[in-house]
Amino acid sequence: MSAPDTTDTDPSVTGEDFLVGRRAPAPRHLLSIADLDRDGILEIMRLSDAFAEVAERPIPKVPALRGRTVATVFMEPSTRTRLSFETAAKRLSADVMTFTAATSSSVKGESLRDTVETIDAMGIDAMVIRHHASGAPLRVTDWVGASVINAGDGTHEHPTQALLDCYTIREALTARHGEVPADLGGLRIAIVGDVKHSRVARSNVLAFSALGAEVVLVAPPTLMPASLEGWPVTATGDLDAILGELDVIYLLRIQSERLGEVLLPSLDEYHWRYGLTRARADALKRDALVMHPGPMIRGVEISPEVADLPASLVTRQVRNGVVTRMAVLFHLLGSGAM
Amino acid sequence: MADGERSSTRPRGRVFVARTQVMDGDEVRRALVRIAHEIAERNRGLRDVVVVGIQTGGVPLAEQLVTILREIEPAAVPFGTIDVAFYRDDIRLRPVQPEEVTDLPFDLTGRTVVLFDDVLFTGRTVRAALEALAERGRASAVQLAVMVDRGHRELPIRPDFVGKNLPTRRDELVVVAEDGVTIGDLRVTGNDEGIR
Repeated sequence: MSAPDTTDTDPSVTGEDFLVGRRAPAPRHLLSIADLDRDGILEIMRLSDAFAEVAERPIPKVPALRGRTVATVFMEPSTRTRLSFETAAKRLSADVMTFTAATSSSVKGESLRDTVETIDAMGIDAMVIRHHASGAPLRVTDWVGASVINAGDGTHEHPTQALLDCYTIREALTARHGEVPADLGGLRIAIVGDVKHSRVARSNVLAFSALGAEVVLVAPPTLMPASLEGWPVTATGDLDAILGELDVIYLLRIQSERLGEVLLPSLDEYHWRYGLTRARADALKRDALVMHPGPMIRGVEISPEVADLPASLVTRQVRNGVVTRMAVLFHLLGSGAM
Repeated sequence: MADGERSSTRPRGRVFVARTQVMDGDEVRRALVRIAHEIAERNRGLRDVVVVGIQTGGVPLAEQLVTILREIEPAAVPFGTIDVAFYRDDIRLRPVQPEEVTDLPFDLTGRTVVLFDDVLFTGRTVRAALEALAERGRASAVQLAVMVDRGHRELPIRPDFVGKNLPTRRDELVVVAEDGVTIGDLRVTGNDEGIR
């Protein structure tokens, strides 16, 4: 795991070290939101502001990572996250290599280790990896020299999703108040749905609470983690009871592919108890924000008409995905001595 | 120190110790007025002239320069700012962070761009700025104005308008503010206090 940048406090790093470019190692990997503390998340937010401006330019591209190579290694189906990372890398002028499981030797039985070592041997600077096994990106850090970025591992974490979600909320607050908020302090955020199997929920709990928000998890008992010990959250099964106090309602996708056992009587019943219906949307605070990591299953987590309301930030989330991932790539590859 | 004039490169835990004040606030102001007149003279007026300040050091003085330019000639003189962090050639060699968001809301094609920075040192910031400007359209000319030229160039870059030529040692630090120009050193300290 990466160590935080300790230059400021480390007495062994002298001014002379700084002059000749020797420095404490910059953060190398992003495997979990826990790799960034509050300051690290806010640093990514500030960098994202700069890249949001780049995205508005006639030529939305900067030469910051010219000559560096980013490989995306997706062992699980994903379109938006992979495209988002690849767009981000290209807008930083990095070269991009794409590896998807369906078209590769992994269907011939090659192990993950052999696959990533092969890709690493081609000379890459960062590997963006998605894998169905929790902890796979951490294992990969032992095998490759490149910076490893977790783009979703099993039911563990999806840190860049959480960063783009924080950035999207911060952006909505900035538009509302006319100034950039220091953090997300004072917000009450509900994460609703299949918390148990959701890597998005895990990363967002860490990120939202690191920024001072109060997080409440809402799920049927079968989709709530067995233990919430150590998590800075509260939990409830009753969505209707808390609707009126929420500043943000974050809907998770019901991941039918991960529901290995019968945990839900039916999707219709889920929609009736936990879906964001028109009636529930009307019970929200007037300025409450509606978020979803996508892909949305209309009629399950959210009613079709609610998904298109102005309170819905879903398309902003997608747009901000590119900007935030540019910030992450630059943070790991560009902003410090490697 | 290779790029000592920019606050972004000053590590925390070190403090700027002023040694000599080489210009006071009035002298900075007079130099700006002179540069403004030189810009108007060189370009036979200010038609199509725009001023771009380099974040963050160049921006406050560039704003003042624009105010003076608008007083001496009846011209709009658009003003923009540019952060060159993503264009630097020393990304990976040392921490590079954008300081402020670029704000350049106009096309540069056909304009005469006066690029302004507080201190000209190695020339690498200006090189990065030229690359960034090129993406904003084909300016008919780019001219460089600086408050202090302290020498030690590492690239073939020469200013068009200079407030003061100031011989320095490489390891010295030059700080330009509206109330004057100071030359001094960076000293290592045990805390985060200091420079700004």
